[in-house]
Amino acid sequence: MSLLEIIVLLPLLAALAIGLGAPARITALVSSGGVLFFSLLVALRFDRALEGTAQFVSSRSLWDLPGIPKLSLAFGVDGISLVLLLLAALVLLAAILVAPAEDSLKGRARLYYISLLLIGGGAIGAFLSTDLFFLYAFHELALIPTFLMIGIFGHGEDRVRVAWTITIYLGVGSLILLVGLLLAVIGLGGQTFDIAELIALAKNPATGLSASTQTWVYGLLLVGFGTLVSLFPFHSWAAPAYAAAPAPVAMLHAGVLKKFGLYGLIRIALPMLPLGAAKWQTVLLVLLLGNILYLGFVTLAQKKLDRMAGTSSVMHMGYIFLGIAAGNVIGISGAVLLMVGHGLSIALMFGMAGWIRERCGTLEFSKLGGLAQAYPRLGLLFGFAVFASAGLPGFANFAGEVAVFFGAFAGEETNWTWIRWTTVGALWGVVISAVYLLRAYREIFFGPLAAGKGEGHDLNWAERIPLLLLIGALLLFGFIPEVLNQFIRPAVEGLFLTTAG
Amino acid sequence: MPVYFLEIIVVALGLLMLMVDAFAPVTDKRAIAWIGMLGLVITFALLFYVKWPESTEGVFWKFYTSEDSLSLFFKGIALLTTLVVLIMAVEFTPVVVEQTAAAAKGAHPQAGLGEFFALPMFACAGLMWMASANHLVSIFVALETVTITFYVMVAYLRRNVGSLEAGVKYLILGALSTGFLVYGFAWLYGTTGSMELPAISAALASPEVNRVAALFAFGLILVALAFKVGAAPFHLWIPDVYQGAPTPITAFLSVGSKAAGFLVLLRLVAPYLASAPLVGKVSLVLAVLAGLSLLFGNLAALPQRNFKRLLAYSSIAHAGFLLMALASSPLMEANSAALSPAKVIAFYLGAYLLMTLLAFLVITILRTQIPSEDLDAYKGLAKRAPFLAFALLVAMASLAGIPLTAGFFGKLFVFKIALEQHQWALLVLGLIGAGAGFYYYLKIAASMFLETPDGKSAPVATTAIVISPLARVAIVVLIVLIFAAGVNPALILGLL
Repeated sequence: MSLLEIIVLLPLLAALAIGLGAPARITALVSSGGVLFFSLLVALRFDRALEGTAQFVSSRSLWDLPGIPKLSLAFGVDGISLVLLLLAALVLLAAILVAPAEDSLKGRARLYYISLLLIGGGAIGAFLSTDLFFLYAFHELALIPTFLMIGIFGHGEDRVRVAWTITIYLGVGSLILLVGLLLAVIGLGGQTFDIAELIALAKNPATGLSASTQTWVYGLLLVGFGTLVSLFPFHSWAAPAYAAAPAPVAMLHAGVLKKFGLYGLIRIALPMLPLGAAKWQTVLLVLLLGNILYLGFVTLAQKKLDRMAGTSSVMHMGYIFLGIAAGNVIGISGAVLLMVGHGLSIALMFGMAGWIRERCGTLEFSKLGGLAQAYPRLGLLFGFAVFASAGLPGFANFAGEVAVFFGAFAGEETNWTWIRWTTVGALWGVVISAVYLLRAYREIFFGPLAAGKGEGHDLNWAERIPLLLLIGALLLFGFIPEVLNQFIRPAVEGLFLTTAG
Repeated sequence: MPVYFLEIIVVALGLLMLMVDAFAPVTDKRAIAWIGMLGLVITFALLFYVKWPESTEGVFWKFYTSEDSLSLFFKGIALLTTLVVLIMAVEFTPVVVEQTAAAAKGAHPQAGLGEFFALPMFACAGLMWMASANHLVSIFVALETVTITFYVMVAYLRRNVGSLEAGVKYLILGALSTGFLVYGFAWLYGTTGSMELPAISAALASPEVNRVAALFAFGLILVALAFKVGAAPFHLWIPDVYQGAPTPITAFLSVGSKAAGFLVLLRLVAPYLASAPLVGKVSLVLAVLAGLSLLFGNLAALPQRNFKRLLAYSSIAHAGFLLMALASSPLMEANSAALSPAKVIAFYLGAYLLMTLLAFLVITILRTQIPSEDLDAYKGLAKRAPFLAFALLVAMASLAGIPLTAGFFGKLFVFKIALEQHQWALLVLGLIGAGAGFYYYLKIAASMFLETPDGKSAPVATTAIVISPLARVAIVVLIVLIFAAGVNPALILGLL
């Protein structure tokens, strides 16, 4: 049993154990702590000299029958999946720390913690799988737990409707994705589900996909993955779902699970379908501007913190898409770094939004105010979340966004290409997000203390630890992006090496 | 031991159960079901030890396929289905007793229960025979053995109007479809001059075949078999019969009957698909049938509020997916190595068996404690019976085709061969259907997990729901198999 198999199995086994009667919160905490520990161990033992190849590889062949693509339960990490694994492990632990105690869940604690572990474990499995089938399947593991979590433990009158919306959107998005992936597998000979082998086949001019097939497949993947990442105009499930979801689910979903779509585009679509990517480039640029500008303005209009955080998380996906659209090493490295930064900062934001909702009973700006007087520690930490999300220097988001913009603007020539215009438009998004984030900060924490709010104590240690964990990671990766870049850059370069060869 | 002993054993077992019911002084007639279950388990084990004789001469073998793992697989499906149906029937005993026995003086308080356990055995023998039938006569006789048994079983609850209505509907439409089948067989015989499938296959493949007559025969046969498997537009009986029939019998119908129907369809359609002059028209007709079933089954399932009715429409939808695989058959010679439609259909049916039986098993258990099968009656079930709710959730997830469950691979393989054969229209309909499936299957999960009983449609009872040890074991086994086949489908594919 390899290290990666342990990491993948740990949350799933913990979920099973809780289902069979183990104490919920302790088991979940221990297993997610274990996941983080083993992930750090993987990072420490990761050999940076081996550029762009999967490490810690383990593979169990499940079948190898003629006429059916070969399938194996295979795991491996390269730099990109490694940093996403770290992100997932951090956010999973934080989410479980933030989750309410068992006795406040009225006999449904088991369901709650099982669902959290399945959502987190599914994301981790998807990031670590080197087999296309399991990459897809692990992501789907989160579908029903999310449905149940929002429907049962969610907030607001229409939480059931919201649960339906997210489930149907993501379900249909995954089906479209599935058709795209199947088309690619069949087009590449239909012999294997192994991603590395498929990419090698795609690189080889003799066995690669024709330009028209690539266009079709990339289109399907863009819609499929795009729905999962809430690419404009397939985004409308995201904000209501995050607003209605319990805080830990919003943290995991917006912070980690949503990154799966981007990961898939980088890992599968870019190396396998370069011609398709080129064909869809302009469309993608328009759509990502929709994410950044249209949703930026939508975010400006929000009057509740949870909705604002939800739409802002949709909006920030635009930057990551910009990095992917840039299609060069610096852009894609920036996109990956930004995925981590965004995941941490949005999880932080949702974690604190949950705390405020519990304490004050509302998240509407008009009913809140002056909370910094009552909860100074919360005020300080919330400031960190705001600054990180706005992309201030010193946070991982800044490092990522800068790299994305450089990547998108890169090039020797001086003429104005589409992507450069897009970049200029996208830069305005930074201003927009600064406006709404700072405004939210002001309305909630400054001014006179709103009537009837501000009771109870400030964040205690148990509540501070998960937030400090996330902030610490954000600052570390922000001040020394090299911590992550040393893993990301070789992997992205490897992506391109294999693309060219 | 020759293969056909298996059917004889099962028939003998059924007769034994009838004799025990009639002559042995049994106080609790559920013991009869135990005899049947034990016998079925032994027969299932024998499946792995059968021999195929070297020569196929002799009276008996003329009606029987030669060595063929597919037919063994379908015999296994029939046996397993019957086994689970008997487990359900035991759970269902209180309902059967309440709605059948005319408590005459001195009569056994469970009078009429013994046959309820014995009849499935005869249907099972028919299904197993059908799996190997290789001759138009034996196909017909096997099919009728099954159908006639079902006429009785569907209408078994004679105090229940719904069950009687279902019985009459099934009888009339079933008899009609049998007429089509015989007429089709007559035309097929007239066209090809043979009743044996290999000879028919050869005759149809020759370029001099009378195309009009052959296609006419095909049309008639297809009408009859589409009725059996419940494909649109011959599905009209399905919702009413599924809803009205006793739940174990509904499960039997939806799994056993459908599986056997598809195997016969495979065997009868294969000669047409292998025939160059006919394949184009035949696969077009199949594609139309598949498209209609996909569209109708999935969309009509959306508004259903009765669980059994919902599963009835879902069974039409699954027939659509299976027909989609059949319609995606290329000319048959290309099939030998790759993932042939026959294998896809067999896998799909294997997965379908697991998840459908699991769902019906849970419904049966609940039916004895919640006197309704409406979705609203299941509100808040997750709190009252978390184990059953979880089992039902797994069944629904698998039916909806969520990865890591067996149902996903069924759909995956169907989509794969449809893609390979460029059946774009069917693919789009399949996607719409699968998307709709997410909604109507999860609707049950929503009812169980997200809602609280309101006291009107759902009882606010808090008593735990009793599950017998046997049923519990069966549920756990089915759940484990669903997940195991969902991670490693070679478990099922390896049997083929």
